[in-house]
Amino acid sequence: MSLLALYVRDVRLAWAAGGGGPVGVIFYLAVTAVAPFAVGPDLPLLTRIGPALLWIAVLLALLLGLERLFQADQEDGTLDLLRLGDTPLELVVLMKAAAHWTAAALPLLAATPFAALLLNLDGAAILVTLATFLVGTPALALVGAVGAAVAVSLRRAGVLIAILVLPLSVPVVIFGVSAIEAAGAGRAVGPSLALLGAVTLVAAVVAPLAAAAALRESE
Amino acid sequence: MVSLKVDCLVVERGGRRVIDGLSFAADPGEAVAVTGPNGVGKSTLLRAVAGLTAVVGGCITLSQWPERRQSAMHLVGHREAIKPQHSLLDNLAFWCRFLAAEPPADGVEATVEAALDAVGLVHLADAPAELLSQGQRRRLALARLLVAPRPLWLLDEPTAGLDTASRARLAGLLARHLDGGGLLLAATHEEIGVPTRALALAA
Repeated sequence: MSLLALYVRDVRLAWAAGGGGPVGVIFYLAVTAVAPFAVGPDLPLLTRIGPALLWIAVLLALLLGLERLFQADQEDGTLDLLRLGDTPLELVVLMKAAAHWTAAALPLLAATPFAALLLNLDGAAILVTLATFLVGTPALALVGAVGAAVAVSLRRAGVLIAILVLPLSVPVVIFGVSAIEAAGAGRAVGPSLALLGAVTLVAAVVAPLAAAAALRESE
Repeated sequence: MVSLKVDCLVVERGGRRVIDGLSFAADPGEAVAVTGPNGVGKSTLLRAVAGLTAVVGGCITLSQWPERRQSAMHLVGHREAIKPQHSLLDNLAFWCRFLAAEPPADGVEATVEAALDAVGLVHLADAPAELLSQGQRRRLALARLLVAPRPLWLLDEPTAGLDTASRARLAGLLARHLDGGGLLLAATHEEIGVPTRALALAA
C-alpha cells in the first residue's frame, strides 16, 4: 500500500500546477512539428526518417522532468523520510521511475499519432512506433532515474544528467528504430523488439540498485 | 518496550570528526534533550541515529525491535517534507499510508483528521499547504508523528516557530507518547515541556 501511495502522489504532483507533465508533451509536439520545415517538402524522405525523429523527440522530452525527479524530494526533506519507510530504497526508486514513466512517457505515447501525421507516417508505421515506445520508454525512465540520483544534490544539474543519460540511452534508440525499419522493409519485427525488451528488463534490475546507492551516498 | 543504546558513536562530516566516541542510552518512557552550541553536531547525531548519515564507528542498537531500525522512528527536521501543491489532508494521508506498518484501524481519513485536530490545523484540512505560515508548517510536520505509531521520535528543534498555545499542545503530545512507553530524542535550545535528561554535546 505504501508504494502505491507513493506512485499516486508522484503522478499527481507531476500533473499538478507547476509540475513538469504538460511541458514534455508540448516540447515533443513542438520538435516534431518543426522537423518537416527543416527537412523540406520531401514526403518520402519524411516518411523514411520520421520514426527516428519521433524517437529522438521522445528521448529529449523524457529528459525534461528528470532533474526534479529526486531533487524536489531531497530539497524539502521528503527523501529522508522515504528512507525511513518499511520499503527498501530500491523499490522506492523503482516506483518513482514508474510514476515518472506514467506522468511523462504515457502522454507522449498518446500524442504520437498526431506527431506521426506531421511526419507523413501511415497507420502501420504508427502502430509499430507505438509498440517500440511501449517496450523501450520504461528503459529510458529507469536509466534517467540513475542520472537523476547521481546529480541529486547538484544545482542546475539538467545538462549533467543529459550527458550521463544519453550515452546509456543509445542501445534503446538503436533497437527501437531498427524494429521500425524492419517492419517498413517487411522483415520480422520480433528480434529487435525482443532485444529492446531485454534492455528494459536489464535496466529494471540494475537501475534501482544503482540509483539507490547514489542516493545513499548523496548525504 | 523499545530502548535505545548508542555506544562509542563516531560520525564524520566533510572529513571533520563531528561526533567522537559518544555513548548514551534511553529507556522506555524517557526523553533525552540533546543540547549544545550551534554546529556542534546535534542534527548530525539525530541523522546518524536515523541511519541517514554514514557512521564511521560505534554502535546504535534498538533492543526489542525485530524489524529494520528505520521503521521504528519518526524524524521531524528542519525540512518539513511538505508538498505545497497538495492540501494538508493529502500531505498527511500520504505519510500515513507510506509510514504506517499496517493501515490504521479506523481508516486513513479519520486518523489524519484526528492528527490535524491534535495540532490545531483541522480547520485548514483542505487548504493547499503553500498557504501555511512557518509555525503552521512545523505543526503539520509534527502531526506526522501521530499518523503512524512509532516508538522513537527524533525531533530537531521541535519548538522552533511555535506559538505559546502550540508549545503547550506539543508538550501534551510528547507527554502522551512518553506515558505510552515511547522514546524521545530532541535537539533543542529550550524547554520542550516534558522532563528530559540532558545530553550536552561540547565542541
